Amino acid sequence: MNTPTKPAPGLTVDEPQPRKGKSPLRKAGTYLVMIVITLLFVAPILYMVIGSFKPSDKVLNGLAGFIPEDLSLDNYTGVFDRFNSPATGYFYNFYLTSFIVSVVVVLGGLVVNSMAAYALARLRWRGRNGVLLAVILLVIVPFEAIAVPLFYLLNDYRNTYYVQFTPFIAQAFSVYLFYTFFVGLPKQLEEAARVDGAGPWRTFFYIVVPMSKPVFASVTILTFLSSWGAFLWPVMMIDQPAFRPLPLEISVFLGQPPTDWGQIFAFGVMLVLPLLVVFLVFQRWFIQSVASSGLKG
Amino acid sequence: MPRGWRGLKNTPPPMVRFPSHELEEVRVSTVSVPPVVDPTLDEPPATKRRDTKAALIMVAPAVILLLAFVVVPLIAAGWLSLHNVRLNSGRPATWFGLQNYTRLLTDPEFYRGLANNFIFAIIVVPVQTGLALGLALLLNRPLRGMSAFRTFFFMPVVFPMALVAVIWRLIYSRDTLGMLNAFLDWISFGHLGPYDWLGNAATAMLAIIIMSIWQGVGFQMIILLAGLQGISPSLYEAASIDKANRWQQFRNVTLPGLRTTLIFVVMVTTIFSFRLFDQVWILTQGGPNDATTTVMFQAVTAAFSENNVGKGAAITVVFFVIVLLITLIQRRILREEREVS
Repeated sequence: MNTPTKPAPGLTVDEPQPRKGKSPLRKAGTYLVMIVITLLFVAPILYMVIGSFKPSDKVLNGLAGFIPEDLSLDNYTGVFDRFNSPATGYFYNFYLTSFIVSVVVVLGGLVVNSMAAYALARLRWRGRNGVLLAVILLVIVPFEAIAVPLFYLLNDYRNTYYVQFTPFIAQAFSVYLFYTFFVGLPKQLEEAARVDGAGPWRTFFYIVVPMSKPVFASVTILTFLSSWGAFLWPVMMIDQPAFRPLPLEISVFLGQPPTDWGQIFAFGVMLVLPLLVVFLVFQRWFIQSVASSGLKG
Repeated sequence: MPRGWRGLKNTPPPMVRFPSHELEEVRVSTVSVPPVVDPTLDEPPATKRRDTKAALIMVAPAVILLLAFVVVPLIAAGWLSLHNVRLNSGRPATWFGLQNYTRLLTDPEFYRGLANNFIFAIIVVPVQTGLALGLALLLNRPLRGMSAFRTFFFMPVVFPMALVAVIWRLIYSRDTLGMLNAFLDWISFGHLGPYDWLGNAATAMLAIIIMSIWQGVGFQMIILLAGLQGISPSLYEAASIDKANRWQQFRNVTLPGLRTTLIFVVMVTTIFSFRLFDQVWILTQGGPNDATTTVMFQAVTAAFSENNVGKGAAITVVFFVIVLLITLIQRRILREEREVS
């Protein structure tokens, strides 16, 4: 698009911000609105975090629930004490389950899905178009559509780690994200490598993967979010405490009277902590990965 | 003869047969190549064969896993839905015809679940999309500190739904000291409440809806924000030259520029509405009086709690057909969109 080099007299078009009336008052108004909205988003999180440090009888306490008083780590140590037998499960078990499942799903998924996408995007082989079409069609199948038959098919493997991660390693949507990224990469470097005698494996691992950090980051983040928060599948497959992931355990915890809100919130903070840390550290990637997930369709 | 072929003419053919794992490193060049007409195929046949082998190994894990854990279960869903299946009963599955489906047709609870999903979709889709658009427009202003606000608005998205449900369970507590009840009491000077938000059939679904929007709106907001930033600034310049006011700019530049993004967001949210499960399982178990039961909740309770896998599979099939229909509608709209432009 060509912008006129010389604006017509009387018009100022050189500013890319055509918004008029940026008075300080207006600006202050905007900020006020933003702060109110922020409070709406942050209040429940703040409530949980503050409550996790307060005596349990002061958590369910009306608006005073937000007041930080009598702060201590008692709820946290309480959670560790409470989950300290085979019957209740050990707290580290829940963490370990979530950790193992997420790590395998994320890392396994990165390898499996990116390799497949590379073969689909760059290599020539018979049947490529068919596989590509099948993958694109599978993108629309939500896990919910196969949860019940999978529950039936894998009934003999309940209460294990691997039943929690194996079905989620290959993801049509991840293949699709990798595929669209690889297709968009400039070909020159790869071609140069191929001319120099590098095979498809070497080209992929040494040329393509290093160029594709954004898509690897996106897929990592999206996969980590969903695997750390997995709920439906563990509900059906896991009833032994030793193999319960954190989200399933907090729902079990919630249902065990007497309800100790301070401890439940402490549990919740520990549950979400890895996600929050990753989010705050890799925020830019998070936002980008979500934005890129919207590019499909 | 393909172009690149000539360059390899001098490469000597291998003298020995290498074990297959070493073939990777060696250029095998065979002479008997059928002439290739495809002009894009500018690689020598040896490279091509090597490519094929590598490609098959590369796609194999994904293809096998997708077959085993997506395609087979999809087919199994259809098969199971036509059978009477009980797990661990010792009895084999028996042919049931369409009975699982005909029973669903006369099952008021199932209709209630479908209706609840529709209610959820009818409220959540416009409200959440509208809010997400509003937030994206706010964040798109060239003001200082917007990225900090973006972080805050997005933060709930990071929270797993199970945890969100636990937190909101306490906010919705029927106790006078419940957060929401206390807040209403405070702003109404003691005139409102306390209400049993989750225990009352009239408010339970609304409570779940509000909570779900709180958690999910940031996701859509980011997608729409990316869409907004994809609209060329020159369009706004042109609009302001034409003396378009803010509303006219929004109507004639922003909305058309966001059309495909909006269609995507609406469809994803609609499908999401039919996947509703975690919140319901944790907070209400479908109650009170089926006020919050959903299609997925019934599929799981049928298969898992009632040990009626056939019924659960039939519900799953219905669910999948709904998702397919929504996707087809999206494709249709997008295609028309492309034809117009």
